[in-house]
Amino acid sequence: MEQKKITSLDDLRKIRENSKDLSSARSGGGTTVIVGMGTCGIAAGAREILNEVMSELARRNLDDIAVQTTGCIGMCQDEPLLDVIRSGQRVTYGRVKPEDVPTIIAEHVVNGRVVEKLAIGRAD
Amino acid sequence: MTIFRSHVLICGGTGCTSSGAAEVIGSFKQELARRKLDGEVLVVPTGCHGMCEMGPIVVVYPEGTFYCKVTANDVPEIVEEHIYKGRPVQRLMYEGSGDMPALPHYKDIPFYGKQHRIALANCGYINPENIDEYIARGGYEALGKAITSMTPAQVIDEVKTSGLRGRGGGGFPTGLKWSFCAAAGGEKKYVICNADEGDPGAFMDRSILEGDPHSVIEGMMLGAYAMGADEGYIYCRAEYPLAIERLKQAITAAEGYGLLGDSIMNSSFSFHLHIKEGAGAFVCGEETALMGSIEGRRGMPRPRPPFPANSGLWGYPTNINNVETWANVPQIISNGGEWYASMGTEKSKGTKVFALTGKVKHTGLVEVPMGITLREIVFDIGGGILNDKKFKAVQIGGPSGGCLTEEHLDTPVSYESLTALGAIMGSGGLVVMDEDNCMVDVAKFFLEFTQKESCGKCVPCREGTKHMLLLLEKITEGKGTMEDLDTLEELAHMVRDMSLCGLGQTAPNPVLTTLRYFREEYIAHIRDKRCPAGACTALLRYTILQDVCKKCGICAKNCPVHCIPGDRNSGYRIETDKCIRCGTCFEKCPFGAIEKK
Repeated sequence: MEQKKITSLDDLRKIRENSKDLSSARSGGGTTVIVGMGTCGIAAGAREILNEVMSELARRNLDDIAVQTTGCIGMCQDEPLLDVIRSGQRVTYGRVKPEDVPTIIAEHVVNGRVVEKLAIGRAD
Repeated sequence: MTIFRSHVLICGGTGCTSSGAAEVIGSFKQELARRKLDGEVLVVPTGCHGMCEMGPIVVVYPEGTFYCKVTANDVPEIVEEHIYKGRPVQRLMYEGSGDMPALPHYKDIPFYGKQHRIALANCGYINPENIDEYIARGGYEALGKAITSMTPAQVIDEVKTSGLRGRGGGGFPTGLKWSFCAAAGGEKKYVICNADEGDPGAFMDRSILEGDPHSVIEGMMLGAYAMGADEGYIYCRAEYPLAIERLKQAITAAEGYGLLGDSIMNSSFSFHLHIKEGAGAFVCGEETALMGSIEGRRGMPRPRPPFPANSGLWGYPTNINNVETWANVPQIISNGGEWYASMGTEKSKGTKVFALTGKVKHTGLVEVPMGITLREIVFDIGGGILNDKKFKAVQIGGPSGGCLTEEHLDTPVSYESLTALGAIMGSGGLVVMDEDNCMVDVAKFFLEFTQKESCGKCVPCREGTKHMLLLLEKITEGKGTMEDLDTLEELAHMVRDMSLCGLGQTAPNPVLTTLRYFREEYIAHIRDKRCPAGACTALLRYTILQDVCKKCGICAKNCPVHCIPGDRNSGYRIETDKCIRCGTCFEKCPFGAIEKK
């Protein structure tokens, strides 16, 4: 395959845009999604939640979201836990099911509307 | 499109590679694949983070957790605990003090606290073998900006405004140098990158080439555009195989995108870049010798004028800058000259990369704003003297530089201030010395280096350095006279004033500065036949402290020349005239009863 040549500043910026995920994961991203991956979380299905988060981000081409994992925070009865930190506000969602993930991403991560029926805690 | 939730950055610089980074990279890939995490975690080999002594260094993003001295055996724990379960591994973090036992992030570590990274901005942050990562960080935007919206004169003006000066040691204003070459007539011009970094203990240029080769390439292209050159050479010493490998890859990648070649971005600007491997002669860092070497001649300097700006490579107008100088250029064009000039002192702008080595707690590569004090570099960034010994001197500027003492520690670092003290900025070698270093021995070490590297073309350098070295050898052996000191000083001035090129002109600096600031140490060697630091073996005396001695006889049994007679009743004594000062008795004595001074 003939490699694409950069013939203008726009071409260069297109490559920069397409490569954004290469550096955005390192700069921390604007919004952070954290999945509880303690033993309790994993037992309750956190791994599937994390997989679903990753594939939903890929589907929506969201490359500036930082996805982290964290250990047990003590609310084992509400695992899997998923936190969203957006504009300085941290919201915790409990007993998250894989099918909830697209809703949380669409509503909260993208549009900034907290999904009230799943939220179990928040900190500013 | 695959999104990786976590990036694991592993230093692939020369320092970390030699402490096992390749195995760590392999182990990460294997472990991630085993846990089926390889689709969501990206392993990125990067350039140097600077803290080579704590390597191999691994940084896990998005958290940015900084792990030190990671071995392949630690990898399964990092993958399981941190990447899978989200529990960062405390024991591998940088060790802080007091109520902060483990420092997880770059910014908390004192070594990075006072640094300001421009030339090293991408080093340790991007994969140098992937041009897209450089572009993702805004790479080649400055080039695009220059060729689409700036005239060559505007590029030169921007560099002039920035106040950037030659980072290879000379400190000549870069913009002014460019304007000379731009003004030279003729169709054909060259730009050259001097990557013949040869100072003992210096590795600034190597790290930039290994960690961010595209920044150097882009800088050279901006220079070529500004001066009207269409061809360039990177003169890199062959002892830097990794740097050469990365440069070759970078050039191929840039050519693949059409960023190097003819009619770049559909403009009339064309540029072709070659690598020339040097054979490791120190004198080839001198610009006229370097060009001779590229042309296939013997690497020897020639008198200037004519200056390379008018008659350089193959007689064509040529501009030579050092690696670090070129690496600063893209950011100056992107952010503006005034942005760069806002850092530093009145006459020395921006930042400077130093290779901090010697008797300091944290050795490594640091980039600091000009005007910072030596004390901040040695004590705040470097963490102070190893084993809490006493600071004695700092050798700045490599074999061409000088030794500065405690009283100079609060001097702000700039081209002018260092020259005034008899040292030079140099390319950025900083060797810290403690009370165990003999300054006469240090001067001898550096002079030995320049003497061996003298090309032999001009008499003052060839003969002068040889005789200076003979005098220094005589003094360190305790055979010197006070007249020798005067001869040494006279010779030093002569070599400095009469040599053809920078090598000879600066070679006496270590001798002159130590004579200026540590004259009493020279006198102790000559008059008292004593080395105050206990470093010059010929002047050492080993004696047995009879009141501490337990008469065990271990020293006598181990002495290779049998010069410790005695027995278990009457005790032992060292016969000084037969002693070869090997130090075996000193090391073997279990009671510390042997004194060395």
